[in-house]
Amino acid sequence: MITETTSGNRGLLQAEPLIFETGHATGAGVDLPAPKGTPNKLGGLGRKAALDLPGLSEPETMRHFVRLSQRNYAIDLGLFPLGSCTMKHNPRLNERAARFEGFADLHPLQPTSTIQGALELMDELAHWLCTLTGMPAVALSPKAGAHGEMCGMLAIKAALAARGEGDKRKRVLVPSSAHGTNPATAAAAGFTVDEIPARDDGRVHLDDVKAKLGPDVAAIMITNPNTCGLFEPEIKNIADAIHSAGAYFYCDGANYNAIVGKVRPGDLGVDAMHINLHKTFSTPHGGGGPGAGPTVLSAALAPFAPVPHIVLRGETRELREHMAGTQGFGRMCAFHGQMGMFTRALTYMMSHGSDGLRQVAEDAVLNANYLLARLKPHFSAPFGERPCMHEVLLDDSSIKPKGVETIDMAKALLDEGYHPFTTYFPLVVHGAMLIEPTETEPKRELDRFADVMIALAERVKAGEVEFFKQAPKLTPMRRLDDTRAARQPKLRWRRGQNDAGAKVAAE
Amino acid sequence: MRYLPLTDVDREQMLKVIGTKNIDDLFVDVPKSALLKDIVPLPKAQGEIEVHRHLQRLAEKNTPAGRTAFFLGAGAYRHHVPASVDHLIQRSEFLTAYTPYQPEIAQGTLQALYEFQSQVAQLLDMEVANASMYDGSTGCAEAAMMAARVTKRKKIVFSGGVHPHYVDTARTACEALGLEIVALPAAVDDEAAVTKELGADVAAVIVQSPNVFGTVTDLTKIGEAAHGAGALMVATFTECVSFGLIEPAGAYGADIVCGEGQSIGNALNFGGPYVGLFAVKEKYIRQMPGRVAGETLDADGKRGFVLTLSTREQHIRREKATSNICTNSGLCQLAWTIHMTLLGEEGLRKLATLNHEKAIALADALDKVSGVEVLTKRYFNEIAVLLKKTAQEVVDKLADKGVIGGVAMSRLNPKAGMDNVLITCATEMNTDEDIAAYAKALKEVLQ
Repeated sequence: MITETTSGNRGLLQAEPLIFETGHATGAGVDLPAPKGTPNKLGGLGRKAALDLPGLSEPETMRHFVRLSQRNYAIDLGLFPLGSCTMKHNPRLNERAARFEGFADLHPLQPTSTIQGALELMDELAHWLCTLTGMPAVALSPKAGAHGEMCGMLAIKAALAARGEGDKRKRVLVPSSAHGTNPATAAAAGFTVDEIPARDDGRVHLDDVKAKLGPDVAAIMITNPNTCGLFEPEIKNIADAIHSAGAYFYCDGANYNAIVGKVRPGDLGVDAMHINLHKTFSTPHGGGGPGAGPTVLSAALAPFAPVPHIVLRGETRELREHMAGTQGFGRMCAFHGQMGMFTRALTYMMSHGSDGLRQVAEDAVLNANYLLARLKPHFSAPFGERPCMHEVLLDDSSIKPKGVETIDMAKALLDEGYHPFTTYFPLVVHGAMLIEPTETEPKRELDRFADVMIALAERVKAGEVEFFKQAPKLTPMRRLDDTRAARQPKLRWRRGQNDAGAKVAAE
Repeated sequence: MRYLPLTDVDREQMLKVIGTKNIDDLFVDVPKSALLKDIVPLPKAQGEIEVHRHLQRLAEKNTPAGRTAFFLGAGAYRHHVPASVDHLIQRSEFLTAYTPYQPEIAQGTLQALYEFQSQVAQLLDMEVANASMYDGSTGCAEAAMMAARVTKRKKIVFSGGVHPHYVDTARTACEALGLEIVALPAAVDDEAAVTKELGADVAAVIVQSPNVFGTVTDLTKIGEAAHGAGALMVATFTECVSFGLIEPAGAYGADIVCGEGQSIGNALNFGGPYVGLFAVKEKYIRQMPGRVAGETLDADGKRGFVLTLSTREQHIRREKATSNICTNSGLCQLAWTIHMTLLGEEGLRKLATLNHEKAIALADALDKVSGVEVLTKRYFNEIAVLLKKTAQEVVDKLADKGVIGGVAMSRLNPKAGMDNVLITCATEMNTDEDIAAYAKALKEVLQ
């Protein structure tokens, strides 16, 4: 087997250095008209040093980024079962709609007479989100899930302040199974975080919540369905207890895909919940973003929604962009939120319709339970005795005694051509493997994946520890040294420092 | 439904394997009263033709910028984005990938992030940049909070030249944390006023250049004064193309430089998604918010990239994280990097020069209109003008004539006391005819 080539290429996979190693100052993939040479108005503040930014012609640029792209896994390539991330198919009609000139070439500060369609679209999206969740209001502007959490928590803070309890209620209850963003958000919103310890059954218990309640509690942040892939059966009683204690219920909507069209969070007593449009409503993850985190609010919190607000005056929609005369808690970002994501999400919702969205939840849950049924005999499934929601939680307790851990299983999956599940999350389950297939996987893909997982479990049983420790062998790169990256941070190219010595990552 | 591959036969077989009869058996933990028996009252599924038609009708109710003589900036700028940029970011491998948590199969995203960080650092003349924030305004809020962490102080002073929406965004975020925001009165050309507020309690002064009125400022003395008082200098910006022509804040000793990257690679998109650029001095990287990619080696000794320094981040540090940010602006960041690669140093300089020349032509044309005074003396591509009528009224009347002339300062900050001030900009997209049409329409409106 050939392991090294002269070119550094490997069949279809082309070696590709950094743009800084191939581009040059005068290389350009744009043809702009020549400046006229007008005397400048910079007041002597012109740039002194060279930019030293490399340029490439269009064909070179295309090749560079196409070559890079071929080193990426993607949902369009195969199953992407990252738990908590909802990697579902991204319909291309959404992309087309977002690029309509009437949306893409629109400035957020244009006179409102010229943006009526955009405001109408935002209103329509709001109507869909409110109707689906059974909540009376939504703040559209948060730019991602964590930003939506912040929006919800600041609305809660404002509501408490309005009742004169802002200084008194500072504690936020967060189960230890929560996403890291929950405690981070609560802290960034100026609250203290009080953790509700995990129980063996992966659920939040009413008794545990009651034991923590007090006059200083501002809110609870619960993910439902939770990060163990379970619907919280006591959720309504928990909400009641929270409300009787004068606190609010923030729901992390990251797992909304399991219940969209089936359960309305408003019926569960939720006061605020962000909706990741990039999860449930299929806007593409784009290698890390952008997302969008519209946050639905209960009647108690709705008055405190941040600006901008869309106000209907007769037939015309206006924007209220300042707080004066409102109880709004402030502003989440410079403009109106992620319009490009609103367009995509509305396109997606209309395509599915209310019937299709309900089917989304049902198929997502069905796919996960099917995988659970197939994998349960071969892996430890800590909560596998009951149905799961849209995620299957396994752990490595049955394979670890043989010397193979979650990380090894994940890396072996890379060689099998799969993006692995979410590893080591939720933290409350040691060696967690959280699998979320989503509803856009056909049965044969699930079967193929299950077959691979089972075959890997068999290899563990057979004691093939080295097979796992050496993985991945077939990916563009082998295991990367995280410790080295963190100990000697090299976060950018610098002229003269990176050029020599580095072997280019070709294969 | 075209996006759902399971057939009824599949569903039946799968339920059998699971050992249950009915799909609702899987929702057994949902309280009975909360499980909807029927679909919610919204329209049912529709085909591509119908949905396309609906969205197109909504789009057609708007007036796209390109169908007007367009001179509006103030935080978002209309530039040409080369066709290849949008093509590349729509490649499945970029568009439909997740955050690169499995680096062995995400080197494409990771190398592009590393290139982005390098380009941003070069552009802003800073030591280190992160892998992007949501946008300029939220990045600016993060910078304020970061400065408070670094200095362990609580007061943040904003100049009167910072975009009012940036101040509002930062105020919302910072006040929740118990930080104090001092926002100086709007001023066309007085970034240095922040130094008068310096004291032992000031964590940072936040200035903007070019500022919301377009004024370009030498920040050297402000930086020296801030550092002398133990505070950080944070410099923000809304127009990153400017740094192809003007001295960036890094060269003036800024500790954190943050701002909007939309101008490169990204369409106006009615305000989002955009991409926040965020760069810091190396000594502060452990306090920096957001993801960052770093270079390392793989098991075979080959150069590769990973997300690193994650002990700052929420998924590791939880309530002690430097920020709650998780999802960022990945694809917008990629578009920025591709466009910047197409430009290179020479292309960016040329683009910036063209913008500046258009703005000079605009300023000259408007200056000749009776009842108009150009307020901004040193500028890149944006200027403030004083009108003899209220700016909002003028903007609305110009729109009726097919000219989007800018934004009234009173819209951005009603309390500024600048009701007759209009903020207007020009880019490489404006033709000489556009500028002439604007001057003519303005003359008519002001008569």
